[in-house]
Amino acid sequence: MSPTDRPDDGADAPREENASDPLVDAVGGAYADSTEAERDARSAITGHDGTGRRIADGGRTVSEFEQMAEVSMTDAERRRQWFDERLLAPARIVWNDWRARVGLLVVAAYLFMGIVAPYIVTEPRPNQGPLLVGAFRTLTYPLGTTASGTSILSQVVHATPSMLVMITAGAVFTVVLGTAVGTVAGYKGGRTDSVLMTLSDIMLSIPGLPLTIVLATALQIQGNPVVIGVLLTINAWAGLARAIRSQVLTIRDDEYVEASRIMGMGTPTIVTGDIIPNLMPYITMNFVQQARAVIFGSVGLYFLGVLPYNSTNWGVMMNAAVNRAGATSSPTAFHWLLVPMVTVIILALGLTLLAQGADRVFNPRVRARHAKSVAGDGDGDRTETTKTGEI
Amino acid sequence: MSYVLKRIGRSVLTIFVVVSASFGLIRLLPGGPLDYLRAQMIQRGGSDLSSAELNRRIAAQTNIAVDEPLYVQYFDYMAAIFQGDFGQSLWYDQSVASVIGPAIPWTVFLTATALFLAFAVGVSLGAFMAYEEGSRFDVVSTGVGLVLNSTPGYVVALLFVAFLGYRFQLFPTGGRYASELTPGLNVPFFVSVLYHGTLPILSMAIVGFGGWALSMRGNSIRVLGEDYLRVARLRGLPTRRIAMRYVARNAILPMYTGLMIAIGTVFGGAVIIENIFAYPGIGFYLIQAINARDSPLMMGAFILITVAMVIGITIADLTYGWIDPRAKGGASRESY
Repeated sequence: MSPTDRPDDGADAPREENASDPLVDAVGGAYADSTEAERDARSAITGHDGTGRRIADGGRTVSEFEQMAEVSMTDAERRRQWFDERLLAPARIVWNDWRARVGLLVVAAYLFMGIVAPYIVTEPRPNQGPLLVGAFRTLTYPLGTTASGTSILSQVVHATPSMLVMITAGAVFTVVLGTAVGTVAGYKGGRTDSVLMTLSDIMLSIPGLPLTIVLATALQIQGNPVVIGVLLTINAWAGLARAIRSQVLTIRDDEYVEASRIMGMGTPTIVTGDIIPNLMPYITMNFVQQARAVIFGSVGLYFLGVLPYNSTNWGVMMNAAVNRAGATSSPTAFHWLLVPMVTVIILALGLTLLAQGADRVFNPRVRARHAKSVAGDGDGDRTETTKTGEI
Repeated sequence: MSYVLKRIGRSVLTIFVVVSASFGLIRLLPGGPLDYLRAQMIQRGGSDLSSAELNRRIAAQTNIAVDEPLYVQYFDYMAAIFQGDFGQSLWYDQSVASVIGPAIPWTVFLTATALFLAFAVGVSLGAFMAYEEGSRFDVVSTGVGLVLNSTPGYVVALLFVAFLGYRFQLFPTGGRYASELTPGLNVPFFVSVLYHGTLPILSMAIVGFGGWALSMRGNSIRVLGEDYLRVARLRGLPTRRIAMRYVARNAILPMYTGLMIAIGTVFGGAVIIENIFAYPGIGFYLIQAINARDSPLMMGAFILITVAMVIGITIADLTYGWIDPRAKGGASRESY
């Protein structure tokens, strides 16, 4: 089999027993008689020369296949490096980009509003206060009251938890399904690819919101936020799957994927270990974009009054403001409409900024500049992150 | 050529699948539209209707003859739809086609104009922003673009209705044209159509153009680093020519795919916008149908919105090769 050939669908599985594969033997055989510790030591070729522990290989002449790394790391060092690379560096990059920082703060504020604030703010009910108090007039009702005397602040706050659940459900559903379909189609190729892509092309050509409206009406669903979140993104996975597939097509022939294939790794191992990590920037961006789409869609459809609900909701508030108090034509009720609108816009803006920031976290060029500050080599590079301006 | 045929074949398949799915939704769901319709009819016509009479009426409304075996029902339904017979609307008491048919051009007018405006303004602004990268103009526009990109169209629409419609009485808040005018090829009619369409179109276009400007800016900045631009500058070509011929052209291509996706989203957006402006397009009737529990009208509107979108995407897809000579149809897509 030439290395550039696509492996047949069935040909992957038996290759896991690499002992029977002559090509694998050539590489793997050298390891056959080594101990566990030695294997660990040999695999650590990525050493950091400043901090690593030297391994003496006794000066004997070895074949290429037996060549060992000059240095190796202890488990603790490896753990620290992993921590540095995977958590600290991204966190630092995020924090040093104003967009990501603002986005994170906004999202954190909404999480606070959804998780903690409902315990602080009293539940909305009619006749909490005088009717149609304007925003920022009294301290008791900071955002004003509705035509039935309900505090708008408490409505906004108590609408947040179900919105957050809905957003998460929709975004997770899209990203998981889109990534799964896209990677499988791109990696497998052949008939699997054509079937999956025809399917997603069909889904892609169906208008999303009208489909959601029709399904919500026909299926007689209840107001469960998870169900509505999934329903709102019912065909959004298709676009993601297409995009992911084309990314996979460029990755699947890279050397390291080739190497994994030759070493006899199974398809699932290659896809999850080699391919998906490379798609993470794309997946994160899409997660955030889907979250935004769910907010826009749900609030819009709640505003039209075509989705079922069982708790208060920003869109339902807007609907009530327009239909019950005529907020578009009468200035006295306008704040009732404006508050949920601003709530939606700020959350969407926060997510947009976060998506842009996330792009930088995964951008290899930005990461490369941070690589030096990692692993504690202490040459004072930590300060250079301030200059990550425009790329 | 084979690509064109293949692509059109896929569009036909899509429409076929959607119509089949609508049959499934109406016919097969327990407690779904068909059961609801039956209950509605018993309520309206009294309970003295014989079951045969009831089935006859349902067949007239939905094109589904419940007495027949399932495959015959399916065949009849599909045949009727592909002949343009979407059944009878309960609410308007006339055929669904005659309710929605006249609405289609209006929706297409709104969405197409809005998309074109947003694309044209966004792309030229984005190119300009990239050229002036780092200037105050760029920073301000990027900020504005970000905010607009994070604003749903219906928010802009509601603000327009509240301020330009009611507070300052500058624009009408509903309808497609002034009711005293007779539709026809005359100037007052066209002016009235534009006047009534201004706010709906602008509310869709304004939120769209921020996104176009931002992605055009990103693409242009990437192109600005290319070698052929340096060559063009060394040749002493005028700035305008470099900006339009070299930068814009190469930066626009990746956005064409985005345009195709946008065609899909504007129909969804139009549903909400049309309802805010009481603009009788397809989306307006879709919501009317849902509020009146008029399932034949609802399914008809949904199928037509889908068909409009499938046609839009197909055209965009087929013209891609014409805009990007490197694409040369879809052949390259399977080149892996």
